[in-house]
Amino acid sequence: MSSNAVVDKGGSRHGSSLQQARLPRWAPYALVVVSLALGAGIGTALGMDSPFQWGLFAALVFIVASYVLGAVVEGGRQARDRLATSLVWVCFLLAVVPLLSLIWETVDRGRTVLDGYFLGHSMEGVQTILPGGGAYHAIIGTLEQVGLAALIAVPIGLLTAIYLVEYGRGKLAKAVTFFVDVMTGIPSIVAGLFILSFWIIILGFSYSGFAGAMALAILMMPIVVRSTEEMLKLVPDELREASLALGVPKWRTILKVVLPTAIGGITTGVMLAVARVAGESAPIVLLVFGATGINNNPFEGAQSSLPYYIYEQWQLGNEASFNRAWAAALVLIAFVMILNLVARGIARWKAPKSGR
Amino acid sequence: MAKRIDVSGLTAYYGSHKAIEDISMTVEPRSVTAFIGPSGCGKSTFLRTLNRMHEVTPGGRVEGKVMLDDENLYGSGVDPVSVRRTVGMVFQRPNPFPTMSIFENVAAGLKLNGSYKKSELENVVEKSLKGANLWNEVKDRLNKPGAGLSGGQQQRLCIARAIAVEPAVLLMDEPCSALDPISTLAIEDLIGELKERFTIVIVTHNMQQAARVSDRTAFFNLAGVGQPGKLIEIDETERIFSNPSVQATEDYISGRFG
Repeated sequence: MSSNAVVDKGGSRHGSSLQQARLPRWAPYALVVVSLALGAGIGTALGMDSPFQWGLFAALVFIVASYVLGAVVEGGRQARDRLATSLVWVCFLLAVVPLLSLIWETVDRGRTVLDGYFLGHSMEGVQTILPGGGAYHAIIGTLEQVGLAALIAVPIGLLTAIYLVEYGRGKLAKAVTFFVDVMTGIPSIVAGLFILSFWIIILGFSYSGFAGAMALAILMMPIVVRSTEEMLKLVPDELREASLALGVPKWRTILKVVLPTAIGGITTGVMLAVARVAGESAPIVLLVFGATGINNNPFEGAQSSLPYYIYEQWQLGNEASFNRAWAAALVLIAFVMILNLVARGIARWKAPKSGR
Repeated sequence: MAKRIDVSGLTAYYGSHKAIEDISMTVEPRSVTAFIGPSGCGKSTFLRTLNRMHEVTPGGRVEGKVMLDDENLYGSGVDPVSVRRTVGMVFQRPNPFPTMSIFENVAAGLKLNGSYKKSELENVVEKSLKGANLWNEVKDRLNKPGAGLSGGQQQRLCIARAIAVEPAVLLMDEPCSALDPISTLAIEDLIGELKERFTIVIVTHNMQQAARVSDRTAFFNLAGVGQPGKLIEIDETERIFSNPSVQATEDYISGRFG
């Protein structure tokens, strides 16, 4: 493992030994430390003061150094392996850093005014330039609008997916799949404009949470269809046949065997769709209009919603409203995160059991 | 309970492809009939036409008659769902429902069909599990998931599930091909017991197995790739394995081809 190592770069192509030189196990960690130091060094030398810029230099140094070190000590194949490994790690960090930074920033700024008062009061009669007020009306609005949207979109989406997987053959199924794909790409503002022209301008209804919910439902539906479809396709045909061979009608087979087997994945998909539309603001601006007071009735009158509230408070442009916007953002993120956790819990709880 | 199957002039298609052609045979009640033959000769397809599972595959259709005692399975107005309640099926790979416990798996046929009494259910489950020689192994863990059993146990669970709905006929599509010799033996013993109550049809690739378990054996063959499979002959198992009347059968059984 020592004498022939450096000479025989291409592995053991000529020798009979299966052994070859390896970098010690601690080498990558040492390399991380060294490249961090070097990154900081280069950064300061070039007069940059952001740790993020130093980190980018360090990442670059790390990738190059692990390849070169691997090539010198271990040979070409191992070096390429090290290059790929370090690239994967660096990309992972690049993906995670913005997320963590975002969460950190939101928590840091949002917690200044986030308390029971903020969660329990609206902006009714609050002078926007002064501290105080809260997002209760916006939370109610978001819950009602998203809940209604889910109530519309989930049944339709589920049934569409069941049709596509269990019954759909030929041209109609192809057309449905095509339009679902098209719907996935509809910008939220377009969905909002559609409901605005159809529901409010043509049919003459007024602004309401329900109008917003319909636009959100349009955005949710293709996500529900797509994810449910994938989950239903994962259910093995053997289970369907086993049920049919017991003399169970097809609809009962779908209801009692196929859906329960896939329910974990379907719930996850639905929750992700809910999380996706909970952050929509464009249709809300168009259709729900925004309100400062509490309106518990989603079918009549203007409401607010968390994304809209954030936008509105940010527009006001003073310290107190900035704080309120950050706190509302924190509430929104927490809402989405809780939904995801619930979805994971349900998926784990309902997953087909294989253990003893 | 056990019923006679009388097939005449049965031809099955997948779309435009003719899978089996002009098959006629009689399956005696309370006996085991084995189907043997090379892969692709249509044994499984023919088996699936006997409870209309063939139609589950898109494009699957059938010409001809399958009489179950005096009812034509393919007569007009016959509901495939009720056919499948009378003619049960066990598949090649054990396929217990993964979301259900052992108890629920056995009870599935009754529960999913909606007509059952709670008190009845426990009796049926116990009787079926005993009938499938599985009761002693699982009676203490009926609420555990069915997928946690070993392969052989899972297959016997599937047999228990199939006989729980009291079918007249039990079709088995290579029920032992995914199992080890010990589990195979258990299933073969079980088949010997079940034939007292049911008409049993079994597809197998294992000729020793056909010789061991069956009373009558049918040999299927196909003329070439893409040709439809045909029934070559059906006779007492002893005769098929000692003195078949067709040369191709003897060649196949003695291992000269296939």
